[in-house]
Amino acid sequence: MEFWYAENHSKNVKLNIRIKDVIYSCQTDFQKIDIFDSYDFGRILVLDGYIMLTEKDEFVYHEMITHVPMSVNPNIKNVLIIGAGDGGVVRELCKYKNIEKIDMAEIDKKVVEASIEYLPFTACSFKDERLNIHFKDGLSFVRSKENEYDLIIVDSTDPFGPGEGLFTKEFYGNCYKALTDDGILVNQHESPFYTNDANAMKRIHSRIVQSFDLAKVYQAHIPTYPSGHWLFGFSSKKYHPIKDLNENSFADSKINTKYYNTALHKGAFALPTYVEEMLKSVE
Amino acid sequence: MNQNRIPIYESLNELKANRVVPFDVPGHKRGRGNALLTSFLGQKTMSVDVNSQLPIDNLCHPVSVIKEAQDLAAEAFGAAEAFFMVGGTTSAVQAMVFAATKKGDKILLPRNVHRSVLNALVLNGAVPVYIDPDLNFEFGISLGMKREAIKKAIEENKDAKAIFINNPTYYGICSDIEYIEKLAHENNMLLLVDEAHGTHFYFNSKLPKGAISVGADMASISMHKSGGSLTQSSILLVGKDKKGVSRINTDYLRQIINLTQTTSASYLLLSSLDISRHNLALYGESIFDKVIKMVEYSATEINAIGDYIAYTKELINRDSIFDFDQTKLSVNTLQIGLAGIEVYDILRDEYDIQIEFGDLGNILAYISVGDTMLNIERLIGALSEIRRKYKKSKIGMFTREYLTPIVSVSPQEAFYADKISIPLNETEGRICGEFLMTYPPGIPVLAPGEVVTPQIIDYIKYAKEKGCTVLGTEDMTLTNLSVLK
Repeated sequence: MEFWYAENHSKNVKLNIRIKDVIYSCQTDFQKIDIFDSYDFGRILVLDGYIMLTEKDEFVYHEMITHVPMSVNPNIKNVLIIGAGDGGVVRELCKYKNIEKIDMAEIDKKVVEASIEYLPFTACSFKDERLNIHFKDGLSFVRSKENEYDLIIVDSTDPFGPGEGLFTKEFYGNCYKALTDDGILVNQHESPFYTNDANAMKRIHSRIVQSFDLAKVYQAHIPTYPSGHWLFGFSSKKYHPIKDLNENSFADSKINTKYYNTALHKGAFALPTYVEEMLKSVE
Repeated sequence: MNQNRIPIYESLNELKANRVVPFDVPGHKRGRGNALLTSFLGQKTMSVDVNSQLPIDNLCHPVSVIKEAQDLAAEAFGAAEAFFMVGGTTSAVQAMVFAATKKGDKILLPRNVHRSVLNALVLNGAVPVYIDPDLNFEFGISLGMKREAIKKAIEENKDAKAIFINNPTYYGICSDIEYIEKLAHENNMLLLVDEAHGTHFYFNSKLPKGAISVGADMASISMHKSGGSLTQSSILLVGKDKKGVSRINTDYLRQIINLTQTTSASYLLLSSLDISRHNLALYGESIFDKVIKMVEYSATEINAIGDYIAYTKELINRDSIFDFDQTKLSVNTLQIGLAGIEVYDILRDEYDIQIEFGDLGNILAYISVGDTMLNIERLIGALSEIRRKYKKSKIGMFTREYLTPIVSVSPQEAFYADKISIPLNETEGRICGEFLMTYPPGIPVLAPGEVVTPQIIDYIKYAKEKGCTVLGTEDMTLTNLSVLK
């Protein structure tokens, strides 16, 4: 007998992955969590029927959402992560010695617990002393913060379900307030390819530009995400993602990466014409 | 009685199962004759949009399932009798006024009543005597009535037939209804209560008292607000005294209702009343516990933002704020230098959040069992952003909402009198011939028969400038006002 995981990438397009085993399954107050073991992608974390990460390609996402802002401002001391219950972002951030404090607001405790148990390759830094985990809605957590963080990383699910509040104008505005004067916001920015994803991507950008003067978008290739073409947002009060890139400091830090490098950093901000046009249409 | 029963719902299901062939109205014949409407509203909806017939009773003369459903509702609310209404709570309020007063009779009421009450006075010719509500200048709202003001009004008008009150007001404020009940009945006046915003009082022990539970003679209940039924469905309750005797002749009341109520009452509305009563009777306590918790959380968090003042039970002064409805999320916005209506507009235009209303000083977000904590976080987050981005000096903010009416002739006489339309600026001292209200909150600024004062003219201009809709007048732009010749 064969087991196949299937995920609709659009109404008429599907990704299928052959599964070895179901490792974990749980309906929480917020969402359905499934963890599978697969032949080609290793362990897979699925929330509400959508792949969040696979063991084989998670490094792309986690490196790109972390090292891009860290190479622009190596002096980042205080970081807030929203979501990221699988631990991948924490793992990457903990590689930086000069970070002093990492707050993490994850709404669903069960995601963290399941990750610690079954996804040790991402959930390997939860014991770091600089980390404080708050099991709270991100929108609610960030609301009371003012001038506190040098970097906010929004590692959210899609804008339907528990992550919905993290795609709103009020959320981005609250993040702006929570950032210091040279603060940076990096967020998961959906994909420009299939219509529904593209609409979400445009909506995110249109709301971010209302709060941040500088709002750029960069890309990465993540094979298990719909179309494989994924975007991230880089918004800041002061730093330009390329003009202010500090290539030496990343080299000096001797941090090992599999996807990220500073040449790719610069290239990632060069977007296909149709994506540029989509972004412009909502600015 | 068995509150598990849902007689109208049960009889409609049976009617469907029997596959009765309809050679009666409505002409869409269970939706088959109107494809677009059926695909829009759904086959299930259309299949129960049916005409009164023997197995499903008749609202004008209920003898079977509607009567049973009304009896169950009466029991659930602790009333002597319940009448299902399909013309909104407006129709219930008017039936109360028509049943209690006739042409020339006096009726005592606070000015912050809904326009439906004054409309009723135009129709039947009763004369209003206004009791001043207490004011909170800091918040710019009118509160409940002080005991002293009620006592004075009753003593000065011993010939009045009835006293009419809100329980609670739109903002969730309750007057001392037990005191009013005692005084009204000692003076042979009927106590009529508009409980458009008070359905839930009857189903949760932490909330203020429902009017019927303290002996009011009639109460109008907007089941479609906190009760969960369909828009336009409502219930008129008849109360009883401690011995179980009612001061209202319910057969006469039914005649009054039938003067104006449709003879083709919608079974969508009637079944929604029946099903909602069932839900409230069985689960009301836990439903409203959940709402109270959500509102408490919201109020605490909104107060923590700073400048905003979310109303809480701390407002209670045991007189003009005798009690407070904790399911209401009312927030005063004056400290951020914005009128409530301005915050209301920003929430809608910039944050895609629609709230119930904003007036000159406050906003009200309606919270119900259908809300989620995630959406509540959005509202709080947006309010915090509005303060950060728009806060300005509060100098020049207009707070006074209550304008003492000067009644010169009865609403009916003024409404039907010979009138002339003149520019608003020139109306000072004239007797108004029409209704004028700012929406929100829909409480009349002027009613027919009242004298136009300079304060009223200023108020209208300010409300228009802040974006309130001024309505009720013949001239929809309100350049002109109709006054008595």
